[in-house]
Amino acid sequence: MTSAAAAPPRPTRIGSAKLPLRELLGTALQGLRTRRLRAALSALGIAIGIGAMVAVVGVSASAQANLLSEIDALGTNLLTVTPGQTFLGANEVLPDTAVPSIEHQLGVQNAAAVYQVSNANVYRSPLVPAAETGGIGVDAAGDNLPNVVGTTMASGHFLDSVSNGFPEAVLGAQAAQVLQISQVGGHLMVYLGNTWFTVVGILKSAVLDTSLDSTVFISLPVAERMFQVQPNPSEIYVRANQNDVVGVSNLLAATADPQNADGVQVSRPSDALEARAAAKGQFTTLLLGLGAVALLVGAIGIANIMVISVLERRGEIGLRRALGATRRHISSQFLAESAVLALLGGIAGLALGAGATEVYALTRHEPFVVPLYALIAAPASGFVIGALAGLYPAAKAARLSPTEALRTT
Amino acid sequence: MALGLDEVVKEYPGGVAALRGVSLEIPDGDQVAVVGPSGSGKTTMLTIMGTLERATAGRVEVAGHDVVSASDVELAGLRAHEIGFVFQGFHLQEAMSAVDNVALGMLYTGMPLRERREIARVALDRVGLAHRRDFKPKQLSGGERQRVAIARAIAKRPVIMLADEPTGNLDSKSGGEVIALLHGLAADGATLVLITHDEQIAAGFPRRVQMRDGEIVGDDRS
Repeated sequence: MTSAAAAPPRPTRIGSAKLPLRELLGTALQGLRTRRLRAALSALGIAIGIGAMVAVVGVSASAQANLLSEIDALGTNLLTVTPGQTFLGANEVLPDTAVPSIEHQLGVQNAAAVYQVSNANVYRSPLVPAAETGGIGVDAAGDNLPNVVGTTMASGHFLDSVSNGFPEAVLGAQAAQVLQISQVGGHLMVYLGNTWFTVVGILKSAVLDTSLDSTVFISLPVAERMFQVQPNPSEIYVRANQNDVVGVSNLLAATADPQNADGVQVSRPSDALEARAAAKGQFTTLLLGLGAVALLVGAIGIANIMVISVLERRGEIGLRRALGATRRHISSQFLAESAVLALLGGIAGLALGAGATEVYALTRHEPFVVPLYALIAAPASGFVIGALAGLYPAAKAARLSPTEALRTT
Repeated sequence: MALGLDEVVKEYPGGVAALRGVSLEIPDGDQVAVVGPSGSGKTTMLTIMGTLERATAGRVEVAGHDVVSASDVELAGLRAHEIGFVFQGFHLQEAMSAVDNVALGMLYTGMPLRERREIARVALDRVGLAHRRDFKPKQLSGGERQRVAIARAIAKRPVIMLADEPTGNLDSKSGGEVIALLHGLAADGATLVLITHDEQIAAGFPRRVQMRDGEIVGDDRS
């Protein structure tokens, strides 16, 4: 404190007006605390928008994780060998030596073939019109097919040595449903190519190749005898050693038909399924768009509330200017309030979306997955949206005349 | 010199002249009462002294600094460190306790909150409100609220204190207490400029400036 009498020289430098970041945040939080209900309601808009988006991302990620875990359980080491087509479009034929050759290839665990029985259909009884095949095909198969494909019996047993001599049939899951047979037992029979076949087993669904589900299987000797089927496989399923799937895959064509390797197609069913899983993980754009609209509405709500807030708080703004706040301090205060508000909305939205995903996962018995990036993106996008929504109100607050505080009483 | 105004003109858009060439010198430690009818330009002069508004023309010196050439940011710094305001309407933050309201007065000095609170407690003691520290403005009487506002103005030990009708919302008893408090605090050496309608309050000041129609029409010392 200086006295008039001494009249010492004044410092030529003016002390600067400061507002450290901590104080800015404290001021913003104080502003929000003062108007709790209003803050909560306007944050809710952001929370719903972000919650919707997190839920969309979470649900699709959970569905994807579920499919991937199914694939993992069945193994990604299953390969299929099928006859390709010639240059002119005619079907190639796999040699009857293909299966034993493949079984001896290095890295192959086991192999099973199916042989298409093209001249036979399956009916519940001879009274069913011939045209109503129900889309069910007939294949001859080796007794190790379920083992190789990775499926088990829903009921009964698969073809065995007895089946080689007698008309016995095993139904795929879908075929059993169409034929309205849910369980084997007694003398349950199906009418297959003018002969009654005893149903000895029903397979569970083969996830890796669902075409097997709508098929009825009989033994190869029976098929050869009754339907003149040639022992040329229509498809061979191969289990390769897990760590050498690609190597085995590259050599399979040549092993199956050394004289015409080009006429052999090798594929890996899990690849297609993984692609499908990836597609499932691609959350639908439409739903995401809806979330974005909700978010936009929330942002407008925040901007609206902040504009009203600025008008109501002219006195406070004037006071702060009188206390030494620069225009920039005032605008940062409102910007920070808006951003913190939306940040809290974003965090609440993350919780909301994760909760919705959890409910979905629990009811569908799928794993609960919220992608890691959502944990960061949800609050961060809230913060950014709030800052954007606060730009105009903050600029408006900074432009207000500081004399307001003196005028309003 | 704490405040120096030289031929200061303030015109508002639309051609309204609130000040028509005001010249006034207020040395350090002076205590000045500004009186005059409504619309005479008292408050405009105070806002220009307080650097909340810029003069349309003329020279303004505040706490030894030429205000006309200073930037907005420099003026904010000047207000943050050198000038304390007391308003008729108190302008206390309803959600904050008395001590936090006083601490708010030093927010833009960049001082950390702990330190500001400590100084705020001392300032509240000085205005006789040690026992009301944690009260919210709503729990205080009008006189007490104005004393909190005064504590907020003096806490940073400003060179200049500007008060605009500080007793306007108070009964005469608490108004008298507030004026006595301001005199006592300014006796420490701060310069005090106070606007009032009340002749009796003005009579208690060693210097009285009279205004009418944007001009100074009287400047008495006793």
